[in-house]
Amino acid sequence: MQEHDTSWVRTEMALAQQAPAGVRGPLAWVRKNLVGSVGDVILTVLAIALVVMIVPPIINWAFISAQWVGPDRTVCATAAQGGIQPDGWSGACWAFVNAKFGQLMLGRYPIEERWRPILVAILFVVLLVPLLIPRVPRKGLNAILLFLVLPIVAFVLLVGGMFGLPHVETQLWGGLLVTLSLSFVGIAVSLPMGIVLALGRRSKMPIVKTLCVIFIEFVRGIPLITVLFFASVMLPLFLPAGVSFDKYLRALIGVSLFAAAYMAEVIRGGLQAIPKGQYEGADSLGLGYWQKMTLIVLPQALKLVIPGIVNTFIGMFKDTSLVIIISMFDLLGVVKQNFADANWATPQTARSGLIFAAFVFWLFCFGMSRYSMYTERRLDTGHKR
Amino acid sequence: MASQEVIREEPSRGSFINDPKVRGIFFQAVVVILLVAGVWWIVHNVIENLQRLHIASGFGFLKNRAGFDIPVRPIAYTSDSTYGDAIIVGLINTLIVAGAGIITATIIGFVVGIGRLSRNWLIRKICTVYVEVFRNIPPLLVIFFWYSGVLAVLPAPRDSFNLPFGSFLNQRGFYFPRAIWGEGSWLIFVALLVGIAMAWFVARTARQRQMATGQQFPVLWTSLALIVGLPLLAYALSGFPLSFDFPKQSTFNLTGGFQIGPEFLSLYLALSFYTASFIAEIVRAGILGVSKGQTEAAGALGLRPGSILRLVVVPQAMRIVIPPLTSQYLNLTKNSSLAIAIGYPDLTAIAGTVLNQTGQAVEGVLIMMVVYLIISLVTSAVMNVVNARMALVER
Amino acid sequence: MKHIAIGILGAAALGWMASAASATTLGDVKAKGFIQCGVSTGLAGFSAPDDKGDWKGIDADFCRAVAAAVFGDGTKVKFTPLSAKERFTALQSGEIDILSRNTTWTINRDTALGLNFIGVTYYDGQGFMINAKKLPGVNSALQLSGAAVCVQSGTTTELNLADYFKANKMEYNPVVFEKLEEVNAAYDAGRCDVYTTDQSGLYGIRLTLSAPADHVVLPEIISKEPLGPAVRQGDDQWYHIVKWTYFALLQAEELGITQANVEELKTSDNPEIKRVLGQEAETKIGTDLGVSNDWVVNIVKAVGNYGEMFERNVGTGSPLKIARGINALWTKGGLQYAPPIR
Repeated sequence: MQEHDTSWVRTEMALAQQAPAGVRGPLAWVRKNLVGSVGDVILTVLAIALVVMIVPPIINWAFISAQWVGPDRTVCATAAQGGIQPDGWSGACWAFVNAKFGQLMLGRYPIEERWRPILVAILFVVLLVPLLIPRVPRKGLNAILLFLVLPIVAFVLLVGGMFGLPHVETQLWGGLLVTLSLSFVGIAVSLPMGIVLALGRRSKMPIVKTLCVIFIEFVRGIPLITVLFFASVMLPLFLPAGVSFDKYLRALIGVSLFAAAYMAEVIRGGLQAIPKGQYEGADSLGLGYWQKMTLIVLPQALKLVIPGIVNTFIGMFKDTSLVIIISMFDLLGVVKQNFADANWATPQTARSGLIFAAFVFWLFCFGMSRYSMYTERRLDTGHKR
Repeated sequence: MASQEVIREEPSRGSFINDPKVRGIFFQAVVVILLVAGVWWIVHNVIENLQRLHIASGFGFLKNRAGFDIPVRPIAYTSDSTYGDAIIVGLINTLIVAGAGIITATIIGFVVGIGRLSRNWLIRKICTVYVEVFRNIPPLLVIFFWYSGVLAVLPAPRDSFNLPFGSFLNQRGFYFPRAIWGEGSWLIFVALLVGIAMAWFVARTARQRQMATGQQFPVLWTSLALIVGLPLLAYALSGFPLSFDFPKQSTFNLTGGFQIGPEFLSLYLALSFYTASFIAEIVRAGILGVSKGQTEAAGALGLRPGSILRLVVVPQAMRIVIPPLTSQYLNLTKNSSLAIAIGYPDLTAIAGTVLNQTGQAVEGVLIMMVVYLIISLVTSAVMNVVNARMALVER
Repeated sequence: MKHIAIGILGAAALGWMASAASATTLGDVKAKGFIQCGVSTGLAGFSAPDDKGDWKGIDADFCRAVAAAVFGDGTKVKFTPLSAKERFTALQSGEIDILSRNTTWTINRDTALGLNFIGVTYYDGQGFMINAKKLPGVNSALQLSGAAVCVQSGTTTELNLADYFKANKMEYNPVVFEKLEEVNAAYDAGRCDVYTTDQSGLYGIRLTLSAPADHVVLPEIISKEPLGPAVRQGDDQWYHIVKWTYFALLQAEELGITQANVEELKTSDNPEIKRVLGQEAETKIGTDLGVSNDWVVNIVKAVGNYGEMFERNVGTGSPLKIARGINALWTKGGLQYAPPIR
């Protein structure tokens, strides 16, 4: 019989060994992700070719050859086109964007009054940022300031005509100011409208339900342009003689009606996702219809559809660019309007202006969609299976 | 006993005002009255405005001579045609661009959507960048970008790019030879139809046989041979009746051949690229929605990866994909109305011109709305049928 | 939240809604203190905003003249830029008080659109412009068969174009846009060979092209385009005020009354000048019209006479350098003729 020495017992975990050389390190990553099979190799080669074909010219065009400042078109035109650049030059004309920056942001808002929209923008950012960061306290006060006080302040500041501020017609508004104000007021109007429509569509009253269904399906079946045409050429005929709306307000009505129909469908999705027990529970507590909805159902439903609401908002934000078709000048409109400026007419102007506008739109939309995804994860309270 | 009866009798009806039924009826009556009053008020205002301003009304103008020309005419149209004809031309143009856009957007969307799930890191990243860029900028901007940023800076007609097969590309559009069908060419079309019919029949028989016996039949190659081969055979038999009209230089433009204007191209490309980014996301979600066990089970049964995708994953993913895909198709069709911004004569643009020439705003806008509504309803109906057929696959 | 949003919307609606209590346009205009004038979205010489956003041009000045007649102050006017599509609805609905937007007077617009044209402030005709550098051999519109022609949709120009090519049995490819700026951009980029619009417009547009010297306006005029301001039907008083403002501008030129000498001429012995300037004793010309008696003085002080307006905006004093031609007074062989102010 052999004696075993059992006095040694391993008391700590064995150290994890490194993975085999074949599955770690950059080389293995490349093998796994880029050249896993023959097909992969071909795809990788094609993709690299694509990237090499596209990226360096874009970087060269947008940064290296780009012209950042300049008084007029000469800096962005080649010698043959009457400029100072050598023939064959091709680069972005950021000088154009630079020169027109004020207009792109605020349109023809009078220069001496421009502090007003800028102040509104600063207030907006100052109030919005803490609201977006979950850790900052006093959300309630913040929300009240942002959603109730700021609109009034912004209205007074932007439109003017009171407290000694000169009136600025909405005709003079333009650029990002129009894009942002249209979409923010639009969402503020279309959200409650959408809630009412969604409740109406799920209502047990047949007439109310039919009307809501007709409105929602009708608006969703036609393009926004026809709605804007409706608002700009038909609406004036609907009103008695001598009463007319401002063009901005008409566009706002068109955009809000349009967004409300989409919003209603998003919210309906949320309402349907609330378990029947919640409705019945509210009924059994003796709550009336509106109490049931505002206290029990809507808070849950709205939370569920935040991503949908944000998506609708992003869609609306992009759609405001259509007001160009009824001769209002949002960011894209101002960019396009300035193509006509003979002082800046070069082959690069259109491209540069459009890419700048695209970048601004992209920044807002991408930011919003990312924030919505973040919120979605944070608010995920286990409704999903 | 008595107290029980009291409880049963007294609150059973409650107050008349608190009865939800009565309230419902009352509320609906109020809504109806408000609606009727509102509509009456609007109609009254419209009639009064039109009369006061001596504006003509009614749809009689549709029979009047239009007097303007349309750049893109899929059917016979001259300035002597009527306003009604002009609107039909616009409608067909809308359908053409929407149809072409839907096909291309679907193809790009599926490729990119599958690409986002690729094992290849580079492909995945490129597809992600594509989706995130195009999804987050307005479609109108994409249209302008193609139109003013890309197509407008192509060379003038004199210095056109020469492309293979006698086609040209310049700032006036894309020109390619137009086929002229000679005598006996009807045979080719008949052969094509026969080929398609036979291919369909072969596919059906092959499937039935596979269901019954498990034997497979190379359907794809047979169909291809039938659809391509039969017309070619007919072409040779009827004595090569096809000739081509090549675009040529003239004083102003290239003449002859078939021309696709930059307006159509920009609209078509923009709609395709923009919508494809949404379709890609839908396809990705659809494929991710098929549980991994399905793929693994199919693999365990010995199916090859291609067959797994075709027979197991795609049919299930399609059920998730089709409803949102429908709304993307509708969006694309509705976005085709952005044509007006670059002068492609679609329904909105032509109805707008008619509205402007006749001054009949109410009728013009009504025509636009009703036609789009019909297009939307028909598209939804068709996609519902497709959806229903797809759903039947479920057992 | 919801109620507040509605409240804000209501406030906004009140702030933006121009509600009119009185029945006449003159009453409305006086009540709000300015004239709302519909102009183009930017056509050099007729109505275009300068760098500071001030509207310049003959159409813009005409509105100033009306404002001067009504208020004695040419600055009491606000401009609404309108596309071709919006212009008639804007006037019909009362959004604007005068449409002064290089609009062609046609019978259809008088009878079926509810407009009243007050006269012709600019006699124009439709012409063609080409790039002479790219098309050296072309010097007549009859050589344009097969060309791509840029044109603005929804205008009489578009209809005349179709008629002209049809009548001369020529082919063309129309390239049609909604807005003037889009047509300009497309022509400048070479999307089409020919630009057609009113000839005055062609001169104005040529200035905004990237190489103005390369482009020539062809000699043919293919249509009559009498451009004039229009008002809504059904208000004769306002119609008269606007119409006689136009005649007063012509009359002032005929009598040699200019911005510079109008104060001096108030004391002139010439009975006609005295009458026109409202210096006759017991005169009721102005008050009968609904304005003050020195209305012509105000008009001329604000914008000068018709000739001055023309030269400043489109004539020799402007970059357009268009000759008076048929827009000269009838006494100088032109068509501009005013009925007597008496």
